[in-house]
Amino acid sequence: MTNCPECDANISIPSDAVEGEIVTCPDCGASYELVKTAEGFTLKPAQTVGEDWGQ
Amino acid sequence: MTTAVTVLYDTIRWEEKALLEAGKKKNIDLQMLDCKKLSLDLDSEVKDYGTILQRCVSYYRNLHSTAGLEGMGVNVINCLNTGIFAGNKLFTHMLLKKQKISTPFATVSFSKEAALESLEKHGYPQIIKPTIGSWGRMVSKINDTDSAEGIIESREKMYPIYQIHYLEEFVQRPPRDIRAIVVGDKVVAAIYRSSGNGSWKTNMALGGVAEKCAVSNEMEDICIKAKNAVQGQIVGVDLMESKDKGLVVHEINNTTEFKNTVRVCEVDIPSLMIDYAVESSK
Repeated sequence: MTNCPECDANISIPSDAVEGEIVTCPDCGASYELVKTAEGFTLKPAQTVGEDWGQ
Repeated sequence: MTTAVTVLYDTIRWEEKALLEAGKKKNIDLQMLDCKKLSLDLDSEVKDYGTILQRCVSYYRNLHSTAGLEGMGVNVINCLNTGIFAGNKLFTHMLLKKQKISTPFATVSFSKEAALESLEKHGYPQIIKPTIGSWGRMVSKINDTDSAEGIIESREKMYPIYQIHYLEEFVQRPPRDIRAIVVGDKVVAAIYRSSGNGSWKTNMALGGVAEKCAVSNEMEDICIKAKNAVQGQIVGVDLMESKDKGLVVHEINNTTEFKNTVRVCEVDIPSLMIDYAVESSK
């Protein structure tokens, strides 16, 4: 569990989470990318969906 | 230990996690490589990547990282040609035609005036699509001259790729299309995608609903030919059930998403992809 940098709501990190995975704050909807550190995962703002994304 | 498979990604979706899990289950040496952290010395020795499964969601990142890596001698699935051909709807259309694979009637025009003329000649409605693009973005149904003028005029002010006016017939069909996943020479699963909100678009990204679709011999044959037309290895082929022409292929996806196909068909597509990648490096 960690806190949303935007609204401070709790964001749960899945037990099978991997670095680079996107998590979304259940309260404010902000998206974050999981970054692995020695202490576990931290959050960084996710890259906005690009014009050239998808299949 | 030598890396057997590298999954090259720029964001981790369900698909990339499933590939990682499949690699673990098979006990193969699989590494995840974040393309955003990748810097290639294009003239240097190739690193130990094994076979790369190209999974970047960004079209440009996908295409250019494939070009660099493949040029350095790495086995990348799908190859650069597939990225170029399948990534562009016009290029795909021409290759499908060449292989005599049924595809919606289409025109391309290179100015607003020429596009309007083409629309008047062939009639409404028609679908305008960016030649490069995904998830149904900027795909519009043009019903009449007024909407045509507005849509095309807007596009004339955009990035040059949007000034290539690719127009496709509005295919008379049931309110659904088909996404078939091809791995090597087999269609491993297929789904119907029905529009979830009364829209004519069926993209899952826009709320489309997935249902299992039985793969007929005819569909399998068309999908394999379509995959070969773009020199693909693992692709998602999109088809429509045209009332006039039967099954028509309207798109081929070279970094296909398969979460919903796995969910409704219960086929372990990630494992099949990993097996194919391991086999292709031999």
